[in-house]
Amino acid sequence: MLRHAVEDASTGSDSDYSNSWISWFLSSKGNEYFCEVEEDYILDRFNLTGLNTEVEHYVQALDLITDNLDDEYLEELRGSLDIQARLLYGLIHARWIVTARGLQKMLEKYKKADFGRCPRVLCLSQPLLPVGLTDVPYEKSVKLYCGRCEDLYSPKSSRHGSIDGAYFGTSFPHLLFLVYPSLIPPKSGPSDLGRPPAANSAEEAAARRRVRQREELADGSGEGLGEGISTAAVALRADRYRPRIFGFQVNEIAKLQRWQEAVRDRQVARLEALENPP
Amino acid sequence: MSRRVQQPAMETSPPDLQDEDVLSGAGEGDEVMEEVEEQEGYTSSTPTSSLTWISWFCSLPGHDYFCEVAEDFIEDDFNLTGLNSMVPFWKEAMEMVLDVEPDEDSAKIIPDVSLVEASAELLYGLVHQRYILTRAGLQAMAEKYEAGVFGSCPRVYCMSCNVVPCGRSDLPGVDTVKLYCPNCNDIYIPPSSRFQGVDGAFFGTTFAHLFFQSYRELLPAPFWKPPSSSGSLSPSRSPRSVTGSNSSQGTTPFVNPNPHGGQKRAAGKVYVARIYGFKVNERAKCGPRMQWMRLRPESPEELDYVDWRGRWIDDEDDQYDDDEDGEAEEDRHMEDFDPDPAADDDDDDEEEEEEEEDVRGSRRGLEGVQADAYGRPQPPSGGSRVKVVRQLVSV
Repeated sequence: MLRHAVEDASTGSDSDYSNSWISWFLSSKGNEYFCEVEEDYILDRFNLTGLNTEVEHYVQALDLITDNLDDEYLEELRGSLDIQARLLYGLIHARWIVTARGLQKMLEKYKKADFGRCPRVLCLSQPLLPVGLTDVPYEKSVKLYCGRCEDLYSPKSSRHGSIDGAYFGTSFPHLLFLVYPSLIPPKSGPSDLGRPPAANSAEEAAARRRVRQREELADGSGEGLGEGISTAAVALRADRYRPRIFGFQVNEIAKLQRWQEAVRDRQVARLEALENPP
Repeated sequence: MSRRVQQPAMETSPPDLQDEDVLSGAGEGDEVMEEVEEQEGYTSSTPTSSLTWISWFCSLPGHDYFCEVAEDFIEDDFNLTGLNSMVPFWKEAMEMVLDVEPDEDSAKIIPDVSLVEASAELLYGLVHQRYILTRAGLQAMAEKYEAGVFGSCPRVYCMSCNVVPCGRSDLPGVDTVKLYCPNCNDIYIPPSSRFQGVDGAFFGTTFAHLFFQSYRELLPAPFWKPPSSSGSLSPSRSPRSVTGSNSSQGTTPFVNPNPHGGQKRAAGKVYVARIYGFKVNERAKCGPRMQWMRLRPESPEELDYVDWRGRWIDDEDDQYDDDEDGEAEEDRHMEDFDPDPAADDDDDDEEEEEEEEDVRGSRRGLEGVQADAYGRPQPPSGGSRVKVVRQLVSV
């Protein structure tokens, strides 16, 4: 498969010089999670500090992804160089997506739900974000983070399940929501990005009131205007699945869920006390 | 009408034997003369006549989750109580499911075979919902479960715990089939779109939970203790290992003191968001808000710290109040709340129940105990750990 990819690469660049290595890489199957790293970023050696020790044939790999590689090297190193170029691109990618412009590019992909949607039923198809469990390459594959249930899921397809998590890094989704707090998904209601959720009649009155306050504040707030958003009580809105046998809750599970909700209530109280000092 | 069809099967041999009779074409089940005709009528309605309709149906793509319902279960009218009002073309659907040759005259009335097929599918699904709650049905589903037919939980920290199909309604036409994970007690959309056409009612709301009540050795316990930092592979990393098989990892066999609860070691790890290696502080807008949903207490006794209304029981709070260290109190504005534990006893008053949830909550929380990184109550010694968490940067 790798060989095919390499051949594709070479024929692609032979027949059509407008196709850069990066655009070939991004368009090849299984690489849908990656975004384009701007060439300026790659060409600034400062951004690549330390990567030369991670990647073999670093110079040639760098030349390959910036389309500056001499053909003689291409013949010589082909297979191994392709792997190294992917590794290098992935590691640059992990650094790029936590920059301001990188976050923006990933945000576009997030809005298109390029990373898939949360498999959890009560997350109502919330778009996901890629995340690594470690920043060291060759350790863990990429996982998907759901901003609604704040949990990690494995990619559905094995194509994506084999991507190295280090190519996205451990910080990316959390940094995204830190920078764009208005994009933090609501804990219930439709997942339409950026749109505040419709009030759910089934919710507790108190929770609804709090969230309404939050929504009013969140309304019309864009980047940098997230100061007014309060997320202290959002957890109260989260829908839970309640296992039932012939309509009756299952004892041990109900007990665990009560305990979990007591932990939640305590956190909500703690956060609200911080927000509204008496 | 349907009763007439069922009679021969109920009075003669078990259904599987009967099928063999039919397939050999001999019509040997002729102990009772009147039924010979109908016996001969037993041929499969599907093109591949070696299959019964039921096994053909269960082998269709997307029908992987179904188990084969025993024919004698379908033939017992009692098991079908109430279904005939939900299934159009009842008689024809019954004939199709049970591979009975339809009557000559009734065949003309049906405008389209596909209508009957849909009815047969509905009938089978609804019978299936009931069948998988029986002992035989649970057994059949347990075999599929252990073989991993239903797949595993997509949540990373459930460590590929096997899931079971589950419906969100017992009435057909409401929602498609979902998958229930016993480890996180949550439901997921099946990974493949071929299950999008399968009605959740064909599995029902009860099955998944009755299944784990019946097979407790497959059910993860509600508590979880993080493995000690000895560096060895934690037992939670192999969720498939059932109680007793942990000896290879040098740990004691797992026991849940509640004999009616899950007897499997849970996979209890909860994801903690980090930015550049630092935990995101809960005070941040984007800080963790949902960890409680996946959290488990470390010991089964902790579950009893919460009463049936979902409130912390006083004694525990008081105990922690005493151990609270000054620094933690400082940034919680403790001085504005009555720190006297005696003032707390109104929580048991019935009048107080009407009090708004959030008011009650905030009081609880402030008197409340130390919490670890997940907000889980800490034993008294955990105080110093909290300080560490609190000092972490909210980037």
